[in-house]
Amino acid sequence: MKRELHAEWTKLRTAPGTGWVLLAIVALTVAVSGAAGTTVSCTQAGCGHDPTKLSLFGVQLGQAVVAALAVLTISGEYGSGMIRTTLTAMPRRVTVLAAKAGILTGLTLATGIIAVLASLLAGRLILPGHGFTRAHGYPPLSLADEPTLRAAVGSVLYLALIALLSLGIATAVRDAAAAIGTVLGLLYLLPVIISLTPDPHWQRHLWQISPANAGLAIQATTDLPSLPLGPWPGLGVLAAWTAAALVSGGLALRLRDA
Amino acid sequence: MTTGTTTPYRSRRRPGRAGFPQLLRAEWTKFRTVRGWVLAMTAAAVVIVSFGLIFATGSHSSCGNGTVEVACPTPPTGPGGELVDDRFYFVHQSLTGDGGITVRLTSMTGIITYPPPNHDKIVSGLVPWAKAGVIVKDGTRQGSAYAAMMVTADHGVRMQYDYTHDTAGRPGRVSAAAPRWLRLNRSGDTLTGYESADGTQWTQVGTTHLPRLPATVQIGLFVASPNDLTVEQSALGGSVGQARYTQATAVFDHVGLRGTTPGGQWSRDEIGAHGQTDWERYHRPSGVRESGGGYTVTGDGDIAPRTDGSPIERTLIGMLAGLIVMIVVAVMFMTAEYRRGLIHTTLIASPRRGRMLAAKAVVIGLVSFVAGVAATAITVPSGTRILRRGGEFPFPVSSLTELRVIVGTAALLAVAAVLALALGALFRRSVAAIITAIAVIVVPYVLAFASVLPDDVTRWLLRLTPAAGFAIQQSVPAYKQVIGNYAPSAGYYPLAPWAGFAVLCAYAALALGLAAHRLRRRGS
Repeated sequence: MKRELHAEWTKLRTAPGTGWVLLAIVALTVAVSGAAGTTVSCTQAGCGHDPTKLSLFGVQLGQAVVAALAVLTISGEYGSGMIRTTLTAMPRRVTVLAAKAGILTGLTLATGIIAVLASLLAGRLILPGHGFTRAHGYPPLSLADEPTLRAAVGSVLYLALIALLSLGIATAVRDAAAAIGTVLGLLYLLPVIISLTPDPHWQRHLWQISPANAGLAIQATTDLPSLPLGPWPGLGVLAAWTAAALVSGGLALRLRDA
Repeated sequence: MTTGTTTPYRSRRRPGRAGFPQLLRAEWTKFRTVRGWVLAMTAAAVVIVSFGLIFATGSHSSCGNGTVEVACPTPPTGPGGELVDDRFYFVHQSLTGDGGITVRLTSMTGIITYPPPNHDKIVSGLVPWAKAGVIVKDGTRQGSAYAAMMVTADHGVRMQYDYTHDTAGRPGRVSAAAPRWLRLNRSGDTLTGYESADGTQWTQVGTTHLPRLPATVQIGLFVASPNDLTVEQSALGGSVGQARYTQATAVFDHVGLRGTTPGGQWSRDEIGAHGQTDWERYHRPSGVRESGGGYTVTGDGDIAPRTDGSPIERTLIGMLAGLIVMIVVAVMFMTAEYRRGLIHTTLIASPRRGRMLAAKAVVIGLVSFVAGVAATAITVPSGTRILRRGGEFPFPVSSLTELRVIVGTAALLAVAAVLALALGALFRRSVAAIITAIAVIVVPYVLAFASVLPDDVTRWLLRLTPAAGFAIQQSVPAYKQVIGNYAPSAGYYPLAPWAGFAVLCAYAALALGLAAHRLRRRGS
């Protein structure tokens, strides 16, 4: 396994563009979070906004770039034919996938921590200027608050799970374009379909199985009882999707010719 | 030693023509022969149809009658075919032929039940579009033609007719110190409204022809007060509107009728079934009180087009899924050339690079349009029919509007595909191009429909990004004289349909221009 990890790390480290993609994850997440913070204002006590969720809003766009990074780690090899070299050198295919997953998880966690902390810092600086003050019932964002800490840790884990989900799908689908289309469809379509579904019963059910909706419940710090799932069970739904994707990716890698 | 000249070989065959039609044919052949792309385009169309039909089949409405669920009553339809609200208190007499009515309004008061922020009190006050005044109406049937002169709570004097038409007069609230005189005259088909501050100096507010009015109409006083609307963020994304009962009371005097039977009796009607709320039962029912030549009329409801309901474009719920598939195919149509090195052959065969890009854009645009229109032409009409059968009342629209929704959605898919193709040519990498295309076309729409962003922000997103093109789907206009939840998440776009579509087209043209420039400047 050590050999495989080293090989995957070298490949990802030396691939052109990896650094830019990581930079894009941080920049996009922080920029969109900050922009969302400047657009919302709280004019009176009990205005119903969730400042933590608002400060982490950029995760909704950052996840697309995380997905791109994950897809490229495997689809890039299929695109260039490198995969044959990889599998000749390291014939234990599932181990290769595990090594890719490990490297990807480490990289996403590290990038995610920077992006999430920077977003929260931006929120802490921006939101008080938009009415999120103590007088309106909003103390400054702080990781010392248990819900905010949970939202921050959970958002980093969310990004890592999205990376692994994308890796699993890309391993099963192989083609980069088809894989990224599938991942983004899964992440962005369901929220719209849920908001357009007229039947509240179906709405809740769809919400509970949607990876983006249920997974991002981890960011909620206010009005938790109104959510169809709690924060950690919500992240669990995404974890189940990720596990399913990785298993099918692993099976496809093992059973098919490269 | 022999000397001779060797003539270079020349094929006797005539050189093939290399015009734009040949280029189109070449690109079409490339598209047609990749089975995955053809299948994906077909799948996109199938997804649009099946999502739409499943959505329509799953939508049911029923109304409670005690504990029994019954079919909801059909909402009335106005003269223009639109669904309307037509509920108000009406004090009226018959008028045959020409005539008119003049009144003075000295007071307008009302109550609003459980308004924000805490929704725990009944307060006195008026909603902005509470209205009281004089009306000429084709009988007392809901949805019949009418013209009215009225004073509103916050929007001054207005002349309104046939539900959707509204003309502004003098602004300001009515009070004993600042009474308003209103006059409505009928002469043949022509109805003219006047207002005055003192009953002597009259100003014309508006005039209209209502050829649908019969010879005998009902003329008289009316009061209506639309529900108070509060819109709140839903925990599941999007917003939820809540309507709360309100009631208005207006005091009329100096009532002068012209053309009616002298000494005629007033009839009283609550147009539309109301008088059901606890407030009316225990405190003040709708009605009229006469005292010393004055009339105090109390009423609720509204005379206006309906704004809550399902527009026909809701059946296109699967369109976003189809759009993502088409974006992926369009990007691959371009990037596959680079990945396989086919681009070298393509550019040797057709050295004019801009034309190659144009041919590709035409092919992907046409294919997406055809797949799109096949799907929307099935989904919209049959989805609407299924909705009706399920007890829903999708807004009826003119066939021209329905055609615009069907063809416009297909055109939206086609232009989005061209934009994605151009991004593919710009980036040459499919993942970067697909992410960019989805981030600029799909994500703003997703944020507008399902996020915590306030409506003002999502309105700007739908003005400035290529997602503005979705406006082509809006089938029902927003009426400024009706309070409604006109948020993007409720299907109301900030730009007019074709203006929004033009924004998307501008982005596609810009991306194509940049891609052509880059193709010419850089090696392949």
